[in-house]
Amino acid sequence: MQQIKLQVINEVGLHARPASEFVKLAGKFKAIIQVRNLTRDSSAVDAKSILSVLMLGVEKDHEIELVCEGEDELQAIEALRELIESDFAGKF
Amino acid sequence: MSKELRGIPAARGLARGVSRQWKDAAFVIPDAKPVDLTAEKQHLVEARHEAESQLYALSVQVSQQVGDAKAALLEAQAMFLNDTVLVSKAETEIDRGMNAEQAWHQACEYFAAQLESLPDETLRARSADVRDVGRRVIEILLGVQAELALDNQTILLARDLAPSQTAALDTSKVMAFCTAEGGSTSHTAILANALGIPAVVGVGDELLEIADGTFLLIDGTAGLLVSNPTLELLADFDQRILAESEQRERETEFATQPAVTTDGHRVEIVANVGSIENARKALEYGAEGIGLLRTEFLFLNRNKPPDEQTQFAAYRTILDLMETRPVVARTLDVGGDKEVPYYDFGVDANPFLGYRAIRISLDRPADFKSQLRALLRAGAGHDLRIMFPMIATLAEARQAKKLFEEAQAELQANNVDMAKEVQVGIMVEIPAVALLAEQFAPEVDFFSIGTNDLTQYTFAAERGNKHVSHLNDPCHPAILRQIERVVQAAHEQGKWVGVCGEMAGDSQAIPLLLGLGIDELSMSPAQIPSAKQMIRNWSFANAQDLAHRALDLDGAEAVRKTVQQFISTI
Repeated sequence: MQQIKLQVINEVGLHARPASEFVKLAGKFKAIIQVRNLTRDSSAVDAKSILSVLMLGVEKDHEIELVCEGEDELQAIEALRELIESDFAGKF
Repeated sequence: MSKELRGIPAARGLARGVSRQWKDAAFVIPDAKPVDLTAEKQHLVEARHEAESQLYALSVQVSQQVGDAKAALLEAQAMFLNDTVLVSKAETEIDRGMNAEQAWHQACEYFAAQLESLPDETLRARSADVRDVGRRVIEILLGVQAELALDNQTILLARDLAPSQTAALDTSKVMAFCTAEGGSTSHTAILANALGIPAVVGVGDELLEIADGTFLLIDGTAGLLVSNPTLELLADFDQRILAESEQRERETEFATQPAVTTDGHRVEIVANVGSIENARKALEYGAEGIGLLRTEFLFLNRNKPPDEQTQFAAYRTILDLMETRPVVARTLDVGGDKEVPYYDFGVDANPFLGYRAIRISLDRPADFKSQLRALLRAGAGHDLRIMFPMIATLAEARQAKKLFEEAQAELQANNVDMAKEVQVGIMVEIPAVALLAEQFAPEVDFFSIGTNDLTQYTFAAERGNKHVSHLNDPCHPAILRQIERVVQAAHEQGKWVGVCGEMAGDSQAIPLLLGLGIDELSMSPAQIPSAKQMIRNWSFANAQDLAHRALDLDGAEAVRKTVQQFISTI
């Protein structure tokens, strides 16, 4: 199991296109990936579900927690970390 | 009583017609209890699949009509369709005894309401997307997907029009669009411009109170809408419409004539084409050829790349339509924001700077040569030209040409009939190529400047990002100087230069491009008649004078102002 806490620095948080990108990327891995909004103290949801991710209401500067479990959990957590930490490569 | 409403001018022109408020198909959700739960769930699965293929088909259509950014909205809607929590919520409701329509409606409403309760405005807006997708599936389940039946000469009024709505609209009956919301870059504005009809947006909620069947005058240039006009106003308006249509008629009458300046300098006016339908339109509007054939249309929306024979047949249809007119085919330009499921591009942190276009083709020589062979075969007896997208270095240009020569040799060895004396060129989209244009010139037969990407890369400002859209004006001296450099390098070595970005059809940019010595302008078919007329009104000497002045100005705004002043003095 892989676990990590990250701060979302994107201006719009994890909404709209950033959320789609996040979910699309999560969907590329076999591992079960769960995400929760620590700032809002939400429960963990499926990171591959766009609705669930949107409803976490992650705004700029919120802290999230990712938990990955499965054969490619290491690649999954690295890729998602990279996406969040690079602020979606400045795209949005 | 006569009444005036004002909004934001979004597409120029005048129109008169009868109002019609946009309304979605009405339906009643049935309350029958399902007999067979498994069958009910299966209905829902099938309806979702149907909705998904509709959305993908619409996204391809919308991407051709108005561009990729709007198409992305439809793809985002498709994501909701397969969302695990939404689907399992609906299936749970079926297990509890609801029919498929009720269950899906319930699930969509549930999540739409949850989204609406969030504090963030952009998230609340997504609830409309969930409802839109919910409605589509229910309409499919009920079989009530009716098109809005329009009368001739309709002025369509709506709160805002989404790509998923306009894609199925019979636009031949729409004289103008007016929306209560939206800005000058909204979907409605882009669509109206592509169709060549006027549009006024951001009029406000008063627009929605106009009863169906009200007589309206629309001035898209001024952003004005008049309901039940006085006879005096109507007479004045009709006069203006007449003058405008005479102007258009003159343009169309001469559309098939070449574009020659008052002092005898000719510019070739050709079309950007992304489908067979587009190619027909290009001929109708008087295109002298195709300056950009986007071959992507064959590759998107399928599970594996099209085979050589499929490609051959499609290219052949277009080349046959164009007879002996020049057709510049661009080899596959995917990657970036245009993904295809059968190529795994990996994860690009910044797709526009990532793995796309020629970069992918050179890594897949078998697929690349298959496309080149299909083009060469289809080009037999035609004036086929081939260009490579996103070239950054000489090494790439040489490698692409080498593969092209291999494809030729393979056909030759099998005695296959193919295009003779094919010109091979590259797109200038990356500043590195403009800077070294004199080194590239000996390697190519022509350059085609893709001003959209060239601008985005020069100013490091993504095209689709509205926060940096003010940086994306190609009329900037930084772009004009690159164009000047490319033209000079090419002409010194006897090569020609075209422009195939949005800039080529921009009425303020055309005099500048003319003056910089561009040989060919490639644009949307509908822009061709007025572009030709514009060139006929200029002298080459005047345009050169203007262009040279523009090169020394300090920004795009100053350039556009100077063009306007120049136009008013000649």
